[in-house]
Amino acid sequence: MTASTIKLTTTSEDHHIARLAAVALGLTVLEAAIPSPLPGVKPGLANIIVLIVLARYGWRVAAWVSLLRVVAGSLLMGSFLAPGFFLSLAGAICSLSALGASMHLPQRWFGPITHSVFAAFAHIAGQMLVVYLWLIPHSGIAYLLPIFATAALIFGTVNGLIAARFMDNGAKQNLESLQ
Amino acid sequence: MVFKLGDGVVLLLGGLFIAWLAATIWQGGAADKAIIRSGGKIFRELPLNGDIEVSVPGPLGTSIIAIHNQQARIASDPSPRQYCVRQGWLKSAGEIAICLPNQVSVELTGSQKKYDSLNY
Repeated sequence: MTASTIKLTTTSEDHHIARLAAVALGLTVLEAAIPSPLPGVKPGLANIIVLIVLARYGWRVAAWVSLLRVVAGSLLMGSFLAPGFFLSLAGAICSLSALGASMHLPQRWFGPITHSVFAAFAHIAGQMLVVYLWLIPHSGIAYLLPIFATAALIFGTVNGLIAARFMDNGAKQNLESLQ
Repeated sequence: MVFKLGDGVVLLLGGLFIAWLAATIWQGGAADKAIIRSGGKIFRELPLNGDIEVSVPGPLGTSIIAIHNQQARIASDPSPRQYCVRQGWLKSAGEIAICLPNQVSVELTGSQKKYDSLNY
């Protein structure tokens, strides 16, 4: 019998972040079932959630959701602390920095699509840097850069459009019903 | 409004950036010379900035090599399977077309050689 239980006190904000991260996790698992033509080319559907969270609750909550998704997602996929995990982490950190910078662009002209495209480029740049510095220290991987950059532009645009549509369409209620 | 003006600018810049990436990373070394070999020995070396056809003798007959528009190809060859002819125009340094039965080959070289050889 357990002599004592450890009780963590959680705030309602913690619960809120956990719910949002759970939605992002769902998309991560869903995406893992989509076959990819080239390792590294993935739509990054969970970033739709991060974009919406960024617009609605700010950068700090978005960073929590994104990093929780990376850690918990790797636990679900069984890749925790494997190379793929560090690639995800590097991508997430870089795209969060890009989001933090691009969210200060004038909102009148720049919306979620801009944020998403910048985040996608930063994501693949961070990953390629880790691949080059750690996994494959050969300049030959530069040959793949245009392919990855094209994928980043396409999926960044698509994710940004989806996020923008969600925020436009009064999907607010949908997301808030989760809280 | 979902799509804003700045988003369009960002997409355009992104596209230009990718085009620049592809152009700088994917460009083969520019070729400036064609080396024609027959029976393993250099038959002739020709600059690519001409418009010329060369007949090269081999054990099966005569191969014709054409140079045009900074590119080179084997225009005709007596070899049975015609692989080297069907390879078409060679453009970048390191590309090579070999007609094995007739022992004739044409190879492109440039100032900087990016590949030892290219085959398809």
